[in-house]
Amino acid sequence: MSYLQLNRIEKSFGAQRVIKGVDLSINKGEFVVFVGPSGCGKSTLLRLIAGLENVDTGSIHLDGREITDLPSSKRDLAMVFQSYALYPHMSVYENMSFALKLAKADPAVIKEKVERAAQILNLTQYLQRTPKELSGGQRQRVAIGRAIVRAPKVFLFDEPLSNLDAALRGQTRIEIAKLHRDLDATTIYVTHDQVEAMTLADRVVVLREGVIEQVGTPLELYDRPANQFVAQFIGTPQMNVVSVAKLPALETIAALKAPAGGYVGLRPESVKLVHEGDGQIRAKVDLVEALGAETLIYVTTEQGVPLVARQTERCHLDVGAGVGIDVDAEVAHVFDAQGRVVSASQAA
Amino acid sequence: MKRLLPRVLMAPAVLTLFLWMIVPLLMTIYFSVIRYNLMQPDQSGFVGLENFEYFVTDPSFSTAVINTLLLLGWVIVITVVVGIAIALLTDEPFPGRNIVRILLISPFFIMPTVNALLWKHMMMNPIYGVLAQVWAFFGAAPVDWLTDFPLFSIIVIVSWQWLPFATLIFVTALQSMNREQLEASRMDGANYLQQLRYLYIPHLGRSVAVVVMIEMIFLLSVFAEIYTTTGGGPGDASTNVAFLIFKQALLGFDAGVASAGALFAVVLANVAAVFLIRMVGKNLDK
Repeated sequence: MSYLQLNRIEKSFGAQRVIKGVDLSINKGEFVVFVGPSGCGKSTLLRLIAGLENVDTGSIHLDGREITDLPSSKRDLAMVFQSYALYPHMSVYENMSFALKLAKADPAVIKEKVERAAQILNLTQYLQRTPKELSGGQRQRVAIGRAIVRAPKVFLFDEPLSNLDAALRGQTRIEIAKLHRDLDATTIYVTHDQVEAMTLADRVVVLREGVIEQVGTPLELYDRPANQFVAQFIGTPQMNVVSVAKLPALETIAALKAPAGGYVGLRPESVKLVHEGDGQIRAKVDLVEALGAETLIYVTTEQGVPLVARQTERCHLDVGAGVGIDVDAEVAHVFDAQGRVVSASQAA
Repeated sequence: MKRLLPRVLMAPAVLTLFLWMIVPLLMTIYFSVIRYNLMQPDQSGFVGLENFEYFVTDPSFSTAVINTLLLLGWVIVITVVVGIAIALLTDEPFPGRNIVRILLISPFFIMPTVNALLWKHMMMNPIYGVLAQVWAFFGAAPVDWLTDFPLFSIIVIVSWQWLPFATLIFVTALQSMNREQLEASRMDGANYLQQLRYLYIPHLGRSVAVVVMIEMIFLLSVFAEIYTTTGGGPGDASTNVAFLIFKQALLGFDAGVASAGALFAVVLANVAAVFLIRMVGKNLDK
């Protein structure tokens, strides 16, 4: 049996069903990321696991023990909050030792554990400071340290990087990844940022409106999305999803088995621009975004369908220039009218 | 030159404020060093510190100082402790919370004179007061509060008046309490008492300082509540410094001694302020 097991979890706030029956198993040592648009229930799901909210129906098992109705302090979990939630009137040392102190642990043991955690996180020289005197990144590390000290069975992170600036976010992301590798700790991480999800996760859980849309490794989600929602949620810029009816050329290209009213999904990198007159589709350039390492080209086909192309070569096209488009049929995703995938033709 | 014009333009306002403050102070100082008794207008002239000597050696003086400090101290303790308790009690949402909060605040709208009369006649009257009825219901002899426990009664009356102020400040402070910190402490295994000790009370520190300072300013000069209930008595049992000054000025008609007493009250206020600011002021730095 898996380490952390969720069975048919449901949760409503008033009349609104926020979590609509979630099953999930997480293995020991795994780094699982919950990702989804805001309001999808990812934070609620984390809070249900943490015991900060009570589940309506369903059960949660951790390490062979049912924890559904246990108070959060008895669940052997530690959480890093979005705002860090450090205790403002205590020093870093007191913050990190608070849980052990309440559990009446031996002061010598507390000291040893806190100092070891501080060493891992490079906080040793800040132990006597209060949170107010620390920078955002240091506070973040204290919040993680507070979790480490408790040696929990599962670490929970609730959008921990959203309060940091872009440069620090990238750096802290790497630190969290390293930390997970060093401690080999089971981790659940909630974010709305798909880059964090892709880079950190062993497995990603994509949620929408309280339902799990797909669970898989980051590349599985990218290469074989189960439906149109996952396909468009993962990857920037978004996958081009085009109604077959609007762009009939697609049918002939791939001999696609697209059902009536179906859609074809094309990753921007599988839309290739060729000279005007070549390729299967004719289009006009709307906008060119040169990012250096790659170039994004926004085009509109002669049928009026907007597409995005990504290429690593520099592009010298002018806005309004005519181009041809070559589509790699091997990597097209086909969805039926309801958005479910019909066949992902690409084999990973 | 550039700085001259703004200064000239500001001068009228600053000057007005300065005069507003300095004229009464100088007059008080002047009156305190001359013989100035309304009953004996023929006797006047400089007497040095004699008025101060009279005021300080008044048999009621030490009682008045002690009563002032007792009144100040107890009212602050009662309003802070009970105020925090009520604020915590009404912090969680419940039906009718807004109405309850308005009820809690409303005693503050009642003027001190009316408040004192309400307590004197409705609550504490030994014959028809509510408390007497309660005592009688349980078969006990009704207590004549204002006669037997005059200072205690004043403390109760003034506390009732100032409790809403403290509650209001603490309620607002609690609204800025960080919910994630409370959740974090719950995950760390803290029960409600531990949350109270390590999170709520430190969070309220600054508000406590504000309440103590403001109440101190107003409570040193409590007068209406004493005048309308006990009249400072029996004897001088409920006389504070403000009331003693009133006695000297308008019962003894000695403006000179009363002015000396007023200056003493200024000194007392400053001494109390220094101690209290030392005690709670460090919270304000945070």
